[in-house]
Amino acid sequence: MPTFLREASLKRHTVLDLLFRNLTRVSAFGVLALLMAIIVSLIIGSMPAIRAFGFGFLASSDWDPVSDQFGALIPIVGTLVTSAIALTIAIPVSFGIAIFLTELSPRLLRRPLGVAIELLAGIPSIIYGMWGLFVFAPLFADHVEPWVNDHIGAMPYIGPFFSGPPMGIGVLTAGIILAIMVIPFIASVMRDVFEVVPTLLKESAYGLGATTWEVMWKVVLPYTRIGVVGGIMLGLGRALGETMAVTFVIGNAHELGKSLLMPGNSIASALANEFTEAYGELYTSALIELGLILFFITFVVLSLARYMLYKLGKREGQAA
Amino acid sequence: MIMMNLYTRRRIINAAGLVISVLAMAFGLFWLCWILWTLLEHGLPALTPMVFAQMTPPPGSSGGLLNAIAGSLMMTLVGTLIGTPIGILAGTYLAEFGQRGWLAPITRFINDVLLSAPSIVIGLFVYEVYVVHVKHFSGWAGALALAIIVIPIVIRTTENMLRLVPTTLREAAAALGAPQWKIINFITLRAARAGIITGVMLAIARISGETAPLLFTALNNQFWNSNMDQPMANLPVVIFQFAMSPYEDWQKLAWAGALLITLSVLTLNILARVLFRQKAASH
Repeated sequence: MPTFLREASLKRHTVLDLLFRNLTRVSAFGVLALLMAIIVSLIIGSMPAIRAFGFGFLASSDWDPVSDQFGALIPIVGTLVTSAIALTIAIPVSFGIAIFLTELSPRLLRRPLGVAIELLAGIPSIIYGMWGLFVFAPLFADHVEPWVNDHIGAMPYIGPFFSGPPMGIGVLTAGIILAIMVIPFIASVMRDVFEVVPTLLKESAYGLGATTWEVMWKVVLPYTRIGVVGGIMLGLGRALGETMAVTFVIGNAHELGKSLLMPGNSIASALANEFTEAYGELYTSALIELGLILFFITFVVLSLARYMLYKLGKREGQAA
Repeated sequence: MIMMNLYTRRRIINAAGLVISVLAMAFGLFWLCWILWTLLEHGLPALTPMVFAQMTPPPGSSGGLLNAIAGSLMMTLVGTLIGTPIGILAGTYLAEFGQRGWLAPITRFINDVLLSAPSIVIGLFVYEVYVVHVKHFSGWAGALALAIIVIPIVIRTTENMLRLVPTTLREAAAALGAPQWKIINFITLRAARAGIITGVMLAIARISGETAPLLFTALNNQFWNSNMDQPMANLPVVIFQFAMSPYEDWQKLAWAGALLITLSVLTLNILARVLFRQKAASH
């Protein structure tokens, strides 16, 4: 090839390199821009409500579209309570599943069972909602809630939280269905972090005569603590923002009852139910502010989760 | 004697712990089986040829889901077509150019957060920036919301898959004098193709069941509509509306739609895994 042609080709490739690199960089920058755009647009959308109610919005339990009085307390409490119920059930179950998948399962079953749990995560949330409303809630109302009323409802202190008419739908039902939905997320993170524990470490413990349970509880869990908490936070992030499953079964009542058996509301289900029917600027704006609050809470939770998982990953890199 | 007691106690604790672990596994599988069983039980009888041949009916009469199925397919397709290229390019940046500078670590972090951000907020966002300005709900808005959900999923898998490509492959190409854009486009991206396709399939599986972001964007449409600039029927929102209704015909259609969505989502999930596993095994 003559020199001038080679130079031309070199120049062309340098330009193409530059173009390609910047194209990918712009796309990556797009993700940051997207996040900024989401935050800014939600803030702009909720401006009328922020101006009208200020910080009082967070503490007020009013929700009266007729007289334009709005407060976020009930949906926020509903979101937090359902997520708390979900985690209370999901954490121990996920831990059990992760132990089973890493230590107990026969090698042949390990993969299919792992995939089955992941499929549980793949089922769309609206299916959980339908199933919850038509199948789970009636059974829950007929067989479980009367028992809960009679036994736990009669206890001192915690009784009032567990007594109420057995309707099937309500905060407790929503929490249980959320638990089923987040179990696969938490369990698969736990399994993944359990698998990074060096075999040497586990074998040393076994060699000293530790039982499987002791190895899990005293060696694997302390070693992966940060990652496990990260996985739990990830599940919490899911539970907080879950919309459809909760909308079907929570009952959508703007009431702040003490009992978990009563209908309630969560931020996401309030949005799903009311947004398209909201009339007037202030009503819409109050709902958008609810969305902003939800985004803020999940953003903080998910950031913490990712930070913890990174930290575990880093430590692993140092050890290797 | 004391030693013996301690030993027995440890064995009992161990056995109890392991039994609980097996029960936890059974607990997880129990819900999966129960939900799938319910879907088959209610969905199969409702899944008649009419479902694929007729439009969504007015209250109290029978009909099908044709317009909703078509709308879902169109929006999923457009959403994937918008989201995938952006996702692959950004993922490429993170894997190939992201060693230095501030942009890559921050993007990676933000992307991981967006990956599990509540999808209803994405719907609100598209409503705010698009629907409010054009003043009507539309299929484009729905597709845009779905694309925003696709992007983080594709970015994550693209980056992960590109990192699995051995550096020696890149070095070999560079030693032959290939420019970087050629190395990435013709060597590394091609080597990671199976993994990236898996990621795209998982993203499609995820968005085909998404309801929340479509509520405020595509809304719903009772009639046949192939114009993306109009409100568009789609399976998830139709299921939501019909399931919550008091009409038996509507509820039946909701079950049929639910079965359809779940089957396609699970098939995509399993296919993606099988495809990726075959590719991984052949290496």
